[in-house]
Amino acid sequence: MKNQIQLVLKDNIIDIQGEKIEENALSFLNINTNKIKTGKIFNITYDLSKEDIQKFANLGLKDEIIHDVYINSFYKNSFYKSFILVSKLPGVTDDEGVSAQKTLNDILDLNLDTNTQHIFTDDIYLIEKDLSDDILKTLAENLLGNKLINHFEYGKFTGKIEYIPEVRIGQNNETETVDLNVTDDKLLRISKDRLLSLNLEEMKAIQSYFSDDKVIENRKENTLTTNPTDCELEVLAQTWSEHCKHKEFSASIHYKNLETGEEETIESLFKTYIRRSTEIIRERLENAGNNWLLKIFTDNAGVVKINDESVFVWKVETHNSPSAIDPYGGAITGILGNNRDPLGTGIGGGKLLFNTNVLCFGPPNYNKELLPGQLHPKRVFEGVRHGIEDGGNKSGIPTVNGSIIFDDRYSGKPLVYCGTGGVMPYKFAGVNSWEKPIDDGDLIIMAGGRVGKDGIHGATFSSAEIDEHSPQSAVQIGSPITQKLLSDFMQEAVNQGLIKCSTDNGAGGLSSSIGELAEITGGAEIHLEKVPLKYANLKPWEIFVSESQERMTFVVEEDKKEALFKLAKEREVELSDIGKFTSTGFIDVRYNNEKVILLEMDFLHNGVPKKYMKAEWKKPELFEPELSSNIDYNDVLLKLMGSDNICSRENVIRQYDHEVKGKTIIKPLMGEGGKSPQDAAVMRLNFDSFEGIAISNGICPKYGDIDAYEMSAGAFDEGIRQIISVGGKLPDVNDNSNRFWTVNDNFCVPDSAYDPVTNPDGRLKLAKLVQMNKALFDMSTFYNIPMTSGKDSMKNDFKAGKVKISVPPTILYSMVAKIDDVRKTITSNFKADEDMIYILGKTYDELGASEFYKLFDKLGANVPKVRKENAKKIYERIIKANVQNLIESCHDISDGRMAVAVCESAIGTEFGVELNLNVYGDLSLNAILFSESHSRFVVSIRPENKEKFKELFGEDSSLIGKVTLDKMMKINFENNCVVDLEMENLEQSWNEGLK
Amino acid sequence: MKKVKALVITGYGINCEEEMAAVYNLAGANAEIVHLNDIFLGKCSIHNYDILNFPGGFSFGDDLGSGKVLSNKMKFKKLKSRKLFFDDIKDFLNEGKFILGVCNGFQFLVKMGLLPNVNCVLEQEVTLTGNNSGKFEDRWVHIKVNENSKTPFLKGIDKIFLPVRHGEGKLIIKNERIKKLIIRKKLNCLSYCDKEGDETSEYPMNPNGSDLNCAGLTNETGHIFGLMPHPEAFLSLYNHPNWSQLKRQNPDVSEDGEGLKIFRNIVEFIYRKDAKNAKKTSP
Repeated sequence: MKNQIQLVLKDNIIDIQGEKIEENALSFLNINTNKIKTGKIFNITYDLSKEDIQKFANLGLKDEIIHDVYINSFYKNSFYKSFILVSKLPGVTDDEGVSAQKTLNDILDLNLDTNTQHIFTDDIYLIEKDLSDDILKTLAENLLGNKLINHFEYGKFTGKIEYIPEVRIGQNNETETVDLNVTDDKLLRISKDRLLSLNLEEMKAIQSYFSDDKVIENRKENTLTTNPTDCELEVLAQTWSEHCKHKEFSASIHYKNLETGEEETIESLFKTYIRRSTEIIRERLENAGNNWLLKIFTDNAGVVKINDESVFVWKVETHNSPSAIDPYGGAITGILGNNRDPLGTGIGGGKLLFNTNVLCFGPPNYNKELLPGQLHPKRVFEGVRHGIEDGGNKSGIPTVNGSIIFDDRYSGKPLVYCGTGGVMPYKFAGVNSWEKPIDDGDLIIMAGGRVGKDGIHGATFSSAEIDEHSPQSAVQIGSPITQKLLSDFMQEAVNQGLIKCSTDNGAGGLSSSIGELAEITGGAEIHLEKVPLKYANLKPWEIFVSESQERMTFVVEEDKKEALFKLAKEREVELSDIGKFTSTGFIDVRYNNEKVILLEMDFLHNGVPKKYMKAEWKKPELFEPELSSNIDYNDVLLKLMGSDNICSRENVIRQYDHEVKGKTIIKPLMGEGGKSPQDAAVMRLNFDSFEGIAISNGICPKYGDIDAYEMSAGAFDEGIRQIISVGGKLPDVNDNSNRFWTVNDNFCVPDSAYDPVTNPDGRLKLAKLVQMNKALFDMSTFYNIPMTSGKDSMKNDFKAGKVKISVPPTILYSMVAKIDDVRKTITSNFKADEDMIYILGKTYDELGASEFYKLFDKLGANVPKVRKENAKKIYERIIKANVQNLIESCHDISDGRMAVAVCESAIGTEFGVELNLNVYGDLSLNAILFSESHSRFVVSIRPENKEKFKELFGEDSSLIGKVTLDKMMKINFENNCVVDLEMENLEQSWNEGLK
Repeated sequence: MKKVKALVITGYGINCEEEMAAVYNLAGANAEIVHLNDIFLGKCSIHNYDILNFPGGFSFGDDLGSGKVLSNKMKFKKLKSRKLFFDDIKDFLNEGKFILGVCNGFQFLVKMGLLPNVNCVLEQEVTLTGNNSGKFEDRWVHIKVNENSKTPFLKGIDKIFLPVRHGEGKLIIKNERIKKLIIRKKLNCLSYCDKEGDETSEYPMNPNGSDLNCAGLTNETGHIFGLMPHPEAFLSLYNHPNWSQLKRQNPDVSEDGEGLKIFRNIVEFIYRKDAKNAKKTSP
C-alpha cells in the first residue's frame, strides 16, 4: 500500500530553484534546458486512509500560498518535454521524509513509528527542452545529484513513479570465523578481501595472538572457537587503523639530511615533537604556578581554563576523502562529526560556540580532462561550501572564520578542515567537567541516530556489490536536526548530573568509542542485539563498526538511568542501554548471548606492531627568476587583487551564518561597507562580561615547495600574528590570569611511505613531514604556545590508473587565544582620513613562492623565513601600543603582500590611500611591494600619536603613507608614480575574482 | 513591582534562544527559556508570562519549508489537558498579552495564520519562502519603520540597522485583496530601505525580494509582531559590523545595540500598563 503526494509551485510563483538550475546547467555544463519546473514528491508507505492522506497533504505539507498539491497523481504539462527524477538510494539519510513523518503524527494525532523510514522524498524536475537521455543523465549526475547517493530516472515523463528506496537485506546475521593458520600470501588476501587495510606484519601479530596457548585456553573456556570471528578481525582492523592509531606519527623514522650528512632516528614524531613541546610548556607553566592547560591529547578535544567558572574545549579535524567523492555529504558529515568532539570531551554536553573551516581546492577554472572518479574542483568547492553552510547554520553554530586555498594539486583530493570550539562550566553537578570518570559496572548508553550500514569500510566499499535494494555505505550524509536535538538534550542532562561522561561515535563507530572508554576501567561487555537499527538484518560486526552519524555514547550510573531515559523521551532522543563497563581486562561482545568478540584490552590497544620508515632530505635546486624591468604595477595590482588566492570570499562568507548567538565581535567582514577582510575572529564568551577569545588559522602550503621547515614555521607565525593583529596578547608563563593559547595541529600529507614503484619520492615526502614537525616544536616552545589536540591525515593522493594527484604537504595551525576585553580589539579597515600608515616589521627579499611570482609562473628560491626572536619583539611592542590605544587599524601581511594588505584595509571604507616609498636597503620595488616576509603588519595611527608610536617601535616601523579622502590608490616610489588606481576598480576586481 | 516576564521558546532546532533571553534581561525583564515540549507536557503554562517569544533557528532543518513542521505542531498538537495549544495561544492573546517572532519565529507566526490575520479568521494569508537570490544570506540591512504602525514594540523608532540571516525570507501575499488590507491597516510595519531611508526592492539592500519590500508584520492590535531581521542580534554596540569606526567617530557612542530598543519598548510598555492597572485596582 503506498500513497504519493506531489507539491509543485503555483504557476504565478517564481520557481527560484528552477531558475538557478537553468543558469547552472548553462554555465557549468553548457546545457540549454530552457524553463525548469521543480516539484517535491512524498512516497508514503504507512497504511493510511484516503481521508488522512488528504488531510496530511493539505494541512501538513502544502503551503497554501504557493503550492498546488497532487495526490496519487502528478502534475503534467505538455510544455515540458523531458524530466529528471532524483530519489535517494536505499539507506541514504532522508531528513525531509523523517520530518514529514513527525508532522503526520502531529496533525493526525497518531503514534506512528518515526524512527524508521516510511516516507521517502524525491525531487522531480520538468524540463522544457526535449533533451536526449545522455544529456539528461549528465544533468542528473553532475548537477542535480550524485550517483553514489541518488537513484535517477529521466526521459519523457509517463506520469508514473514506481521506485521506493526501501532497504531489504536477506536475513544473514551469522558470525563467521576466519582461519588464520595460513600462508603469508593468504593472510594478505584475507586482509584485502575483507577490506581490513592491515599489512602482513599486523596480520601476523593477530595470527600469533590467536595461536597463543593462554588465549586458546581462555577462548575454549568461553565457548569461542580458536579462530578469530569476523567481528574480532573487524574491531582489530578499526582500532589499528591509521585513522585511530596514527601509526606513521608513532613510527620509528630514520632521518638523513643528504646535504649535511647528518642522520638521526626519531622514535615517534608525535611523542618527540608534538606532545613533548606541550609537555615542556606545561612544565614551565606549572613551575610558575599556572595551570590553565587542563587536558592535552587524551580525549576527543583539548581543554583549557577560561576562569574559575568555565573551560574552553575545541578540536579541528579533516574530512578529505569523503568530500572528494560526495562534497556536500563529506563536508556536512565532517562538520557535524567535528562538533561531536568538543561535545564528547570529558563529561560532555558543552555549549558549542563557533565553527571554523579551512578549505583547499583545485582552481575553479581547472581545465584539464577529469580522470575517472574525479569531480571538477568547482563542483567540489560548491558542494563542500554548501555542506559547511548547512552543517553550521542548521545547528545554530556561527561559522566565524576560515580560509580557502587554491592549488592544482588539490584537484584530486580536496582538504576540508573543520574546527569547533565550545565552552563548558568548570564543574557539572560538582564534578570537573573535563574529566572522564568511569567505574566498573557503569552502563553503556547509545544515544542519537540509529545504526545502518553507513560508512562501513568507508570509501573502499565497491559499488559492484550494491544492488537496487542494498543500502549504500560509501557515503554518509549528516543530519543536523538529529544532532541538534541530541546536543540540546545533552546540555540538559549533564546539568542535571545524569551523564557521568560521554564520547562521540565517529570513525570505527561503537567499536572505537567503547573500545577507547573501556581502557579507563579495563573492559566492557556489550550486547549488540540491543542496538536499535535503521533496518533489519545487519550482521553483528556491521553493527559494531558502523559509522552511522549523530550518535554519542554515554556512561551512566544505574540509578540515573530512569531519569535520563525519561528526559530523552521528552526531547525525542532515542537512547538504548547496550552493556556495561567492566574490569575484566577483556572487551566482551555478545549477540543474542552468543559471544562474538573476546579480546584482551592490552592486545587490542597495544598489540599493533611498530612501523619503521626512512626519510631523506635533499634541498631542491632553485633559482630566483629574472623579471622584466618594465612592470605595469597598476595591472599587477589589479590582477593580484582578483587572483584566486587573494580575491574576496564575500559570496561564500555571506552564506554562512557568522553571528548567530550574538557573540561575534570581529566577523570575517567588517567596516562601513561590510567588505573589509579581518585577520582573526573575535568572540565574547557571554553577555555578562566582555571577556572573549580570538580565533586564527595559520596555513601556507606553497612555501613547502621551497622549504618545508620554513613553511611550517611560517604557518605557525601566521596563526600568532593574526591574533596579535586583532589585539591579542602573547602568553606569559608567569602571568596567572589564565591568558591561555591553544593550538590544534592538522597535518595533511601525501603518502610518505617509500615504494620504489608506486612512491619513489616517499622518503623526501617523509623528510618534509619531519621538518614540519621540527618547526612546530621550535615555534611552540619558543612562544610557549601549546598544541592541545590535533590530527594527521596521511594518504592524500588521488589515483586513477597510473595517474596520481598528490596534495602538497600541508599543515594547518588553528589557534585560539584569550582576549581580556573584546571592546579593545582592533579591526583591519582604515578609520579616518589623514591617519598615518606604517609597516611594522622588516621586509626582506623574500618573493619565493609569492603570489607575485605566481603571476609570472615562477617559483623562485627565497622563501620567507621566520625570525622568531625579531618577530616576538614586534609582537610585544604591538601589545604595548594597544595598551596605550595607539593603533587604529591593523592588518597582517601575508599572501601577495604589502600592497595587497594596504588595499584590503581600504576596501569597503570611504577612503583611499597615498603611499610614498623610498629605496630601502638593496630591496627592489618588487620586493618592497610584494615580498611575503613574515611577522609584518600594515597599521594606521592618528597623526597626533606619531611621537609616542615612533618612540615605541623605532626602526621596526616605517611610515609609508596616509589615508586619504579621494578614494584613489596611489603609490609613489622615489617620487615616481607607480600605481594610480581608483579604489572602485580595485574593489571590482577583488569582488569578481570568485564569481 | 512585579517583573515583566518573557517566555522564550526553544527546542526542535530553534537556536537563537540565548541571545533573545539575554536581550530581555538587558531590557529589564525576566526571561526564561523553555522547551516547547515542556509546554505540551503541562510543565509550563504560557499564561504565567507577559510576552511569548519565538526565536530564530532552523526548526526541523527547514524541512517542508521553513517553520512549517513546527507551526503544524503548534497548530494541531494538544496540551496534556487535551486543549489545543493553538487555542491556548488565542486565550493568551485575549488576556491582552504579546507575541514576538523573529526569523524562524516569524515564519511560524505566518504559517499558523497569526500574522497578519487581516480576515480575523486565523488562517494563512501570506508566506515566507526562498530568497530571490536562491541563497541563505547573512548581511546587515537598513529597515524603515512604518510611521503609522501602532505596535508598542516599535514606538519611537523610524529606522533601524539589523542583520538578516535567512534563506527563506521573501514575503508573498496570497492575493491583492489581502495586500490592500495589509496596507490599509498599516500592518506592514517594517520595510527594507536604503541608507537614506527610502524603501527599496533593490538587492542586496532588500535581501530577499519580499512583496511590499516587507521585513516585518504586526496584527491589527499590534500585539503580535514578527520580523525577518534579528533585533536580538544587535543587543550591544559590539555586534555592529563597523563598531570600531563608530567609536572612533564618536567616543561617547552608547554601548547599547539599536536592537535593544525594541525590547525596552515592549518591556516598558507592559510596566506602564501594569502600573496603570495597579492604580486602577488599588483603592
